[in-house]
Amino acid sequence: MAGLLKRALRLRTALRCLCDYNMLSRSTATLSPVDFHSPFLTCSSEQVLASTRKLHAGADGSKVSPSAAPERLPFCRVTEEDLAFFRKILAGRTIVDPDLVEPSNVDWLKSVRGSSEVLLRPQTTEEVSQILSYCNSRNLAVNPQGGNTGLVGGSVPVYDEIILSTSLMNKILNFDSISGVLTCQAGCVLENLSFYLEERDYIMPLDLGAKGSCQIGGNVATNAGGLRLLRYGSLHGTVLGLELVLADGQVLDCLSTLRKDNTGYDLKQLFIGSEGTLGVITAVSILCPRKPKSVNVVFLGCETFEQLLKTFQLCKSMLGEILSAFEFLDSECMRLLNTHLKLPNPISDCPFYIVIETSGSDPTHDAQKLHNFLEEAMTSSLVSDGTVATEEAKIKALWSLRERVTEALTHDGFTYKYDISLPVERIYQLVTDMRKHLGNRAKSVVGYGHVGDGNLHLNVTSPSKDPALLAAIEPFVYEWTASCRGSISAEHGLGLKKRNYIYYSKQSQAVALMGNIKAMLDPKGILNPYKTLPDNLKQ
Amino acid sequence: MSGRVLVGVKRVIDYAVKIRVKPDNTGVVTDGVKHSMNPFCEIAVEEAVKLKEKKLIKEVVAVSCGPQQSQETIRTALAMGADRGIHVDVSGKDYENLGPLQVSKILAALAKQEDAQLILLGKQAIDDDCNQTGQMTAALLDWPQGTFASEVSLEGDKINLVREIDGGLEHIKINTPAVITADLRLNTPRYATLPNIMKAKKKKIVTVKPADLGVDVTSRLEVLKVEEPPQRQAGRV
Repeated sequence: MAGLLKRALRLRTALRCLCDYNMLSRSTATLSPVDFHSPFLTCSSEQVLASTRKLHAGADGSKVSPSAAPERLPFCRVTEEDLAFFRKILAGRTIVDPDLVEPSNVDWLKSVRGSSEVLLRPQTTEEVSQILSYCNSRNLAVNPQGGNTGLVGGSVPVYDEIILSTSLMNKILNFDSISGVLTCQAGCVLENLSFYLEERDYIMPLDLGAKGSCQIGGNVATNAGGLRLLRYGSLHGTVLGLELVLADGQVLDCLSTLRKDNTGYDLKQLFIGSEGTLGVITAVSILCPRKPKSVNVVFLGCETFEQLLKTFQLCKSMLGEILSAFEFLDSECMRLLNTHLKLPNPISDCPFYIVIETSGSDPTHDAQKLHNFLEEAMTSSLVSDGTVATEEAKIKALWSLRERVTEALTHDGFTYKYDISLPVERIYQLVTDMRKHLGNRAKSVVGYGHVGDGNLHLNVTSPSKDPALLAAIEPFVYEWTASCRGSISAEHGLGLKKRNYIYYSKQSQAVALMGNIKAMLDPKGILNPYKTLPDNLKQ
Repeated sequence: MSGRVLVGVKRVIDYAVKIRVKPDNTGVVTDGVKHSMNPFCEIAVEEAVKLKEKKLIKEVVAVSCGPQQSQETIRTALAMGADRGIHVDVSGKDYENLGPLQVSKILAALAKQEDAQLILLGKQAIDDDCNQTGQMTAALLDWPQGTFASEVSLEGDKINLVREIDGGLEHIKINTPAVITADLRLNTPRYATLPNIMKAKKKKIVTVKPADLGVDVTSRLEVLKVEEPPQRQAGRV
């Protein structure tokens, strides 16, 4: 940390900031971590650290990629005394067996690996508080981890940070069936919450492909968007309260279940989307909508993107208040689904596919609206083919075509993921330009996503990790996005991989203020270090 | 040969729905619960439509016995490619007591009325798991039956059938007219495409009553009690 700070990097515009990284690489070679206590980690840790650095290094070694991990900050290392303390408060839930810790060291995409040797599994907020208070006093870094389904390397350690897992904090605390407010611990799996609510005639306001594994705490920490944002809005609106533990172990109880409360600054908003860097979320209270009595899913095929956009406009005007999702995927995605997951195309081959979902309280009313919309879409030739599903099983099958694209991509090779917010009419232009730009260098270039929210998921695959390809993709994709004033991370967050690209979408004064807030809430910087905020911020 | 195929489609609780027993233990909760076409009936419809596409038969008639909502199930069959529908209106207590014997009597009567060459049914319904309607219908008509079919091919006025049985696969050849019941691996039902869904709205569904067919739907069975299976106990290691 000292070495990095000593270099007086002045904050400049996005592109020039990144050029400064050439200077970084030349001086990092001399730095080495300092340990004052008897190391728990054995000598082999140095080799692990060196290989971790190589995993993130640039192609020719002289230019370090902005998404590569920075040098290890001088946190202390875990000692036997530390383990004894953890074992005292978490009997049987202090895990040091390397085989058991390993899955928590690697992200879902298998693209980043940490070298943590300690996995802690608290069950109560009190335990989390004791852990953080201790780690803060001992200057031990902590990596809060939920379902570990994040896509920007934010959920796994970079070095030997202690993994603080919320997996055992999975109790539902309360559900008010009149107001629809659910209060639960942060480790509840999203799908389990959905099942619980569905039995009581409610649903979660968010839904994403990772629902079987992701936890609500992690969803809130990353301000997850998902498939229902179009209808129910973002977590900034639906989360009514949070219970948090701050870096020094202080428990901050903002767990209100009130729909309206204008008493002072709304602190919870700061923590929603903070990616575990400002505090650890331990409980959430969230406003849930009623379960719709009638759900229809339509799968349509369009010849051009312009027709797709016109279909979207028609959809909004004719389906209006019953529209709950509008997603798209391109023919490349369909090819990957057919090839790797053996999922058949329900309609004929088209360049673009749309998944539309309607949710309403009256099946006859919705069916009529849907029928009118489909008739109009077909007669005005906006849509060349399609199918409709009302039955649960068929609905799941049609949704899986959109939800499992991410999975299909992992089978296609090493994936480079970009989650971009753009003006809706320009969304597919980025995919076309990227294909032209990369030519044969990439195996597949696909575009899909929440077109209704202006959110594109652009993915490029190659047979194996290819630094030259990465250099061709970045910063091209970020510059393209910045030129439309888009966001370089619409919903995935910054994590490890995108922390240094923040300047493409945020002004430097804003980022500086973020740094001040981080310093105030976490002076020692122990919460999820190396993530979210760029390396060049003074700590 | 009329080239007409009768396909029976049953409206059942959707297989993805969690079943609840009514508090008075007289049956399961059906009000407000999602219903859809019995998956095996879907396979039967798909097979009939395939035969029509191969020009081996001329017309597919979808039949469903039940209340007004059964018409939705017939519409689904029409959207998949059936030509017209017959809704046999049975509601209230009669519908609650409707079982394979009454349905097979209805189907036999319809087969004679429509001069059907083939009756295609699902092997069983996922709500009662009876697996009786196909066999009873064949017996009432004194027609050959090919049950648990996983492959069907027409050869002149005979049908080659592969049946899934406990010991493996049985190949048989039967005369027409015949009753065939579809098993899981017979085919994969198609998604109804938009143009067909639109066309289906215009296809005809005729409503008849069991009495019109000379069928008495009183049941000889009485349901005494319906209860949930015992709760799974926690295991011990």
